[in-house]
Amino acid sequence: MNAMSIDGDELRELYRELILDHAKTPRHFGKLEDATHCAEGINPLCGDKLRLYFRLDDDNRISDARFEGSGCAISVASASLLTETVIGLETDRALEFFAAMVERLAGRPDASRPAAAEDIDLGKLRALEGVKEFPSRVKCATLAWHALKAALQQKQRPVSTE
Amino acid sequence: MPAVTDKLEMRENVLRIENCRGDFPALSQKVNGHPIVWLDSAASSQQPAEVIDRIAEYQRHDHANVHRGVHTLSHRATEAYEGARDSIAAFINAASRSETVFTSGTTAAINLVAQSWCRPRLLAGDKILITHLEHHSNIVPWQLVCEQTGAELVVCPINERGEIELDRMLSLIDERTRMVAVSHVSNALGTVLPLAEIVSEAHRRDIPVLVDGAQAVPHMQVDVRTLDCDFYAFSGHKMFGPTGIGILYGKESLLDSMPPWQGGGDMILEVTFDGTTWNELPYKFEAGTPNISGAVGLGAAVKYLQSVGMEQVLRHEQELLQYLAARLSAIDGLRLIGTAGHKASVQSFLLDAIHPHDLGTILDHQGVAIRTGHHCAMPVMEYFKVPGTARASLALYNNKDDIDRLADALMKAKDVFA
Repeated sequence: MNAMSIDGDELRELYRELILDHAKTPRHFGKLEDATHCAEGINPLCGDKLRLYFRLDDDNRISDARFEGSGCAISVASASLLTETVIGLETDRALEFFAAMVERLAGRPDASRPAAAEDIDLGKLRALEGVKEFPSRVKCATLAWHALKAALQQKQRPVSTE
Repeated sequence: MPAVTDKLEMRENVLRIENCRGDFPALSQKVNGHPIVWLDSAASSQQPAEVIDRIAEYQRHDHANVHRGVHTLSHRATEAYEGARDSIAAFINAASRSETVFTSGTTAAINLVAQSWCRPRLLAGDKILITHLEHHSNIVPWQLVCEQTGAELVVCPINERGEIELDRMLSLIDERTRMVAVSHVSNALGTVLPLAEIVSEAHRRDIPVLVDGAQAVPHMQVDVRTLDCDFYAFSGHKMFGPTGIGILYGKESLLDSMPPWQGGGDMILEVTFDGTTWNELPYKFEAGTPNISGAVGLGAAVKYLQSVGMEQVLRHEQELLQYLAARLSAIDGLRLIGTAGHKASVQSFLLDAIHPHDLGTILDHQGVAIRTGHHCAMPVMEYFKVPGTARASLALYNNKDDIDRLADALMKAKDVFA
């Protein structure tokens, strides 16, 4: 492998246009005033700090999602893509996405993974797969997803992926 | 002819420092396809072959427990361990070897003083004075002892250049102050603190001063008797030695008046169930089998630094620091954080709106290692209203080429985020 191709390809894989777009202009950014569920994801060593808000309707469907906070391009883009993905999903389905993302990015199955997570089509979330070549950045991409799980399970303590 | 000899000696020293990079095996490797550029010495420095080999030699031939056996290896291990102490005591110009306590690092040294000097003396309403620049290891130990005693932690503010407000600092030293604890060099910003003025004002009121010297000892000649501080703490792994070893220097009269911090073997004179008498200094503070190979490695690191010459190190790094600030300032969209008039070896910065972690990854991909984040100095980040910074830190083995590589790598980051 020559040095130039390492530089160019892997970095471009990590910082794809879609990721940079969501990092610079995050979707659903801000506080959700009538949230029913929320959780915080904090990676203290990195300084990433995200707060995710969800509103669930009566039949356990996520009718709205927002997030606020600050972090690196990967953690912010991941949170932004997360909100786009889960709005309209039932909570069980959203947790399947959580399991699928953690498995694809961290490369290890979640012990409590629902069977349906296996054949989920991640769609544009696949843009985050570039982190697999950057082990120290996987935690940035998975932070928002762990916060999603904590929020839906109504965990009080902030989650961390460090 | 002394003038000629001096000149020759100086040239030899300059050559020595220009070529010292070759002494560090870790700096000859490639990272991600590029020759490594190590600009993270403030987090941990690399070790010269002399240190690595000395530790290996000790492990291969001389290892035994110290101060215990009558056999040959125990004698050799004790000689090596105590010989290292002598080298280190001389290096910082301690008045005696009893003032040089081995600890696991700066953090342990500061905790020792907080718990052993301060805790028995503090009353509710007493004050401990620190600055806004401190590393967490010179904040949290004092917070703990304040919680334990009802004392108050007072923090001297800083200005936008990252300097402490000296007048405020001096006026904050008052009749309730029981300890002043300051860094010698700020780890996040590189600011060198005006220790002489602080020590003099504190001593006017008989208040002891602890100096966190972790970021100073590798970069300048530290003379604890000229500084006249009461305690001085530093770590081996930031001065080309191994991790897990550090030093607490303390004036003998103060160390004598302090109870042991931890109990165990080696720190006792006699143990009975009716009571125990403490060993003499410095062993009173070295409970349990110490980190012998770490101490031996630190002794070798001190000898290495002496062979290069601390004056040369300071001159070399000051020149590089100026070059670093100039190269970084020339980059469009780059903001220097920490622009004090008197600085050492560290430059923090931000580039455009790129998060420091993204910068760190892009630089690493080009073989350039910097530190990113809050540098264990969250209050400093809060003052500058940033989540963290990118930090390039220098040591004796860096050169202008390293800084050029950093500047090129930053242009690449701008390109990725364009």
